[in-house]
Amino acid sequence: MSYFKRRHLFSKIITYIVLLIFLIPVLWLIYTSMKPNIEINTRPPVWFSKNMNFDSYLALLGFPVKHEGFGFGENVPFGDYFRNSILAALGSTFFALIIGTLAAYSFSSFKFKGRNGIFLTLMLARAIPGIALSLPLLVLFTKMKIADTVPGLIIAYTAMNVPFTAWLMSGFIGEIPKELSEAAMIDGCSKWESFVKVEIPLVGPGLAASGIFAFLAAWNEFAIASVITRTTAAKTFPVGLFDFTAEFVSDWRGMCAMSVMMLIPAIIFVITVQKQLVKGLTLGAIKG
Amino acid sequence: MHSQNIVLDKGAGDNKFFSESKTRLPFVLLLPSLVVMFFVVGYPMLYSFVISFTNYTLVSSGGPKFVGFKNYITLFKDPVFGRALLRTVFYMLIAVNAEFILGLLIANAMSHVIRGQGILRTIIMMPMMFAPVLVGFQFKWIFNDQVGLVNNILYEIFGHPVIIPWLIKKPLGFITILIAEIWMNTPFMVIIFLAGIMAIPTEILEASDVDGATEWQKFIHITVPSLMPFIYIAMAVRSLDIAKAYDLVSIMTGGGPAHRTELIWTYVYRLAFTSQKFALGSAMSYITVLLAVLFTYYLFRQLIRVRKVRE
Repeated sequence: MSYFKRRHLFSKIITYIVLLIFLIPVLWLIYTSMKPNIEINTRPPVWFSKNMNFDSYLALLGFPVKHEGFGFGENVPFGDYFRNSILAALGSTFFALIIGTLAAYSFSSFKFKGRNGIFLTLMLARAIPGIALSLPLLVLFTKMKIADTVPGLIIAYTAMNVPFTAWLMSGFIGEIPKELSEAAMIDGCSKWESFVKVEIPLVGPGLAASGIFAFLAAWNEFAIASVITRTTAAKTFPVGLFDFTAEFVSDWRGMCAMSVMMLIPAIIFVITVQKQLVKGLTLGAIKG
Repeated sequence: MHSQNIVLDKGAGDNKFFSESKTRLPFVLLLPSLVVMFFVVGYPMLYSFVISFTNYTLVSSGGPKFVGFKNYITLFKDPVFGRALLRTVFYMLIAVNAEFILGLLIANAMSHVIRGQGILRTIIMMPMMFAPVLVGFQFKWIFNDQVGLVNNILYEIFGHPVIIPWLIKKPLGFITILIAEIWMNTPFMVIIFLAGIMAIPTEILEASDVDGATEWQKFIHITVPSLMPFIYIAMAVRSLDIAKAYDLVSIMTGGGPAHRTELIWTYVYRLAFTSQKFALGSAMSYITVLLAVLFTYYLFRQLIRVRKVRE
């Protein structure tokens, strides 16, 4: 019996050490956001600050704070970035889920000519990075007068997320026993009606998982946004982070504060649907 | 009464709606995806294909002139391009394998911790929520030569200022970027492998306990083989994503100094935007995309083969 106990203790110790190593950058980020820039930029290093406060967060949110010399994020249009980021991420997630689920249904429930070819083409589109698309998109979007707008970002991010959504959702839809939709059709439903009434309600967890992936991808996207957005009308958080490095001295504290704020929605989302997320990933691994 | 009719109809051959839906519905369902993909991916790729045969620059005043394969020939003569391509392949191989090995070991260790596993999983998933840009800034600063966390720790250990230019020195820059990449993406592997380990039937592990198998033997002969499909998909997904690496490197070093950490996509950016040779950048992104597409195709073929063997 002691063998088992020892074994588990060893695993536990390894696990905790590894987790600590993975957590250090996160903790350091939070800690830095709360200590004065002067202490951040000194040598010898100040390990335990006595002047910790939430001023950088308050400054970002537009509250008046005592000035500290240089930078502090009060000139960073946090509200605009938040609005643009959340609209672009939620909007593109919404459309990607609808469009991607329709495609997934087509892939998982029908056998038709060209099915594998179209599926592969969608997957290949994922091999193309945003940086390769950004400039032609800028030219196209400028002609259509949607460059530097949130709708432009929504369109770009929807396309970015459709392939992965279609892939994940086809795994989830494939999990549903065929008998269920057959039973619905015997009861007089058309194939489409059985999809809406039987299959859609059953893939809730799949939609949650795909939704999170789409949201995170759009929320964190940088290459396309950095090229097609120019002003506060459409700039998102990842592009906005550069505001803190524009001067000759970087405002690390302000940048860390905005980074933490940027992480909060992502963390909330991921924790809420963690189980579905894991299931989605593994279903994608063995099916689809 | 009604349902009975349908059943009878079914025997008599499908009604008109069904036979129609079999041919059209799948395509109608795919139409929105194809339209949006053409608009955002297809058109830009066609556009840069055409541009890659011209002398178009971001500052040229006249219309672009057709120059044939000139840009492609320039690229093949450019030693930086070849090196960036090779470096990207190295970067991908090292990162994917390191993430795979670390992910497997961490997942295996975590699987023994029964109580509080949900919390541990949430903690290990933290890096997955970071934007690559954020990871870039974060590690650029952790490895800052003057006041970075790493040099500060060395300062405490040795008692005098240690100024190692992590991001600038030759092999160090590349290694630093790799550390950031591995930190950011190992959790993805951990999560997938952990779910895979949880799906292994406990009877098999119990039986091997009875047979007196050691921890290591169980890991090699039971855990790893049962995880094979998970390993394949996780490595395929990560390879594709790392082949696209841009954000992280762009923030940490921008591919410099003197092309020391240049990957394909930072070089494309440098040519197309910084040097404003947009046509040349297009040609390069075209070659790279073709390689990436071939690589993706190969990976998917492998995946399908593995799945078939399993079935």
